[in-house]
Amino acid sequence: MTAVADTFSLTIRDLLRLVRQPWFVAIVLVQPIIWLLLFGALFARVVDIPGFHGGDYKQYLVPGVLVMTAFFSSGWNGMATIDDLNRGIVDRLLVTPVSRMPLIGGRVLQNLVQLVIQSLVIVAMALAIGVSFHGAAGGILVMIVAAGLLGTGFAALSNALALLTRQEESLIGAVTFLQLPLTFLSTAFMQPALMPGWIDTVARYNPVDWAIRAGREAVAANTDWSSVAGYCGLLAAFAFVCLLLATRASRAYQAQV
Amino acid sequence: MIEAHGLTKRYGEVQALDGLSFAVAPGTIFGLLGPNGAGKSTAVKVLTTLARADGGAARVAGFDVMRDPAKVRRSIGVVAQRSGVDGELTGRENVLLQGRLQGLRGRDLAQRADALLAELGLADAARRVAKGYSGGMQRRLDIAIGLVHRPKVLFLDEPTTGLDPEVRAAMWAEISRLRRDEGLTILLTTHYLEEADRLASALAIVDRGRVVAHGTPDELKADLEGDALRVELGDASVGGNVTSALAHVGGLREVQVDGRTLHARAQDGARTVPALLAALDSHAIAVASVTVSRPSLDDVYLRFAGRSFAAAEAASSSTAATHDNHEEPAR
Repeated sequence: MTAVADTFSLTIRDLLRLVRQPWFVAIVLVQPIIWLLLFGALFARVVDIPGFHGGDYKQYLVPGVLVMTAFFSSGWNGMATIDDLNRGIVDRLLVTPVSRMPLIGGRVLQNLVQLVIQSLVIVAMALAIGVSFHGAAGGILVMIVAAGLLGTGFAALSNALALLTRQEESLIGAVTFLQLPLTFLSTAFMQPALMPGWIDTVARYNPVDWAIRAGREAVAANTDWSSVAGYCGLLAAFAFVCLLLATRASRAYQAQV
Repeated sequence: MIEAHGLTKRYGEVQALDGLSFAVAPGTIFGLLGPNGAGKSTAVKVLTTLARADGGAARVAGFDVMRDPAKVRRSIGVVAQRSGVDGELTGRENVLLQGRLQGLRGRDLAQRADALLAELGLADAARRVAKGYSGGMQRRLDIAIGLVHRPKVLFLDEPTTGLDPEVRAAMWAEISRLRRDEGLTILLTTHYLEEADRLASALAIVDRGRVVAHGTPDELKADLEGDALRVELGDASVGGNVTSALAHVGGLREVQVDGRTLHARAQDGARTVPALLAALDSHAIAVASVTVSRPSLDDVYLRFAGRSFAAAEAASSSTAATHDNHEEPAR
């Protein structure tokens, strides 16, 4: 129980830090809208390619942008940890009775709150530009859960990397190295039937794509719930492994203090 | 209240602790004195359960730091050398967060936080974000954070490094008050001799990861009979000549040459100076200046560590590059 309470205390701290940076909050909220509108306009004629199913590209795009947003913001989650390391805050927390898990959990939960708010903004914008979601609230919820699991995994991974490298440059390098390839090696923008075969193959092992497929299926007309459950299971396993890695990394950090 | 027995810890090539042992009596301020890189911060990290020693044992507030770290953490407050204040939070939020993590809740915690902030002179600033605080205010906030759960033992790792002289004096008064009013046992590390002399009722001099001398400041100074003579030589290359030149100067003891500086002791320093100068002159050794002083902890340090404080500091800064994550980084 204390671990849960500690996690909440640390989550609130991280959220307070966040809302005290109004420019950051503004960017976090506006950026996904820009992506939705920009990619929606840029690739609008993709639907004309023979073999593309569905008549409206925005409809296709929404789960992709939602997951991409979650993936992008989660990757940077470790930056605050590096800041805390540099400012001695991690060391201060490590000599309190708080166990290791809340130290990671607080960050990951703050990320989850941010990600859910971003997702709701995207959904609201999508509805405003005429996208319709099948499966109503339930489908939307499952789509956000899939994005949340993915974000949890990558946020934990980002923290693990932060604790191991303890250098902003290394983390920035790793995140930028992964972000675009993992986003484009997925069905975010293009249907699998129209992708080169090797990308389709690689995408099947890409957690980003699992979340996109789960989300898209959840808001589709005739949802195949077993497929959604399968992807969500994979995502949960991914998140679990990443959380495990992050607690290991915090132990590795402490071993060298 | 604190007992360390033969603690060892190695960081790669650097033997940070090399059999460190000392004991601190309840309700006292104990000073760990030594230059940068002596191992003081590493000792604090081990005793506060942040780092694990490679060997040896230690008990803090009755609990073994290796076997019972959770119980130790509940009993101690830590003010690390690097401030652990979160600049984006207000002073009060910083204290409240720490209190919650220490298991305090609700009205109890709020009252404790407000009382502490007022005690430390931060009441007016309590609702401002801490990144706007001055260095002295941040340090006092660090202490409030360290004390919120009413620990029995407080660790202060170089609490006044980087502070202005006035702020430092105020901090000294604060530390003395904490011991007197709260009955805290305080372990203080410092590389300011004056600070150890002023605050600590007992101290250990640490050099290269081990205790080279311990006792009360007066005991340590009393070990050194007579005055300290300090001679700045015109030329560093004289070395052994100096010792032989001074071999027959009456009343002169413990002659040591440390670079261009010659240290020696004499029962009556002022009367020995003419004979000393004459002896050096007869060996054509140039002298830039001579100082005679009553024994200070600096002399104690020289006596026990075999090198002056300044020389030890300089030597440690050359190893600091491989080492500065673990020991006092330069400010």
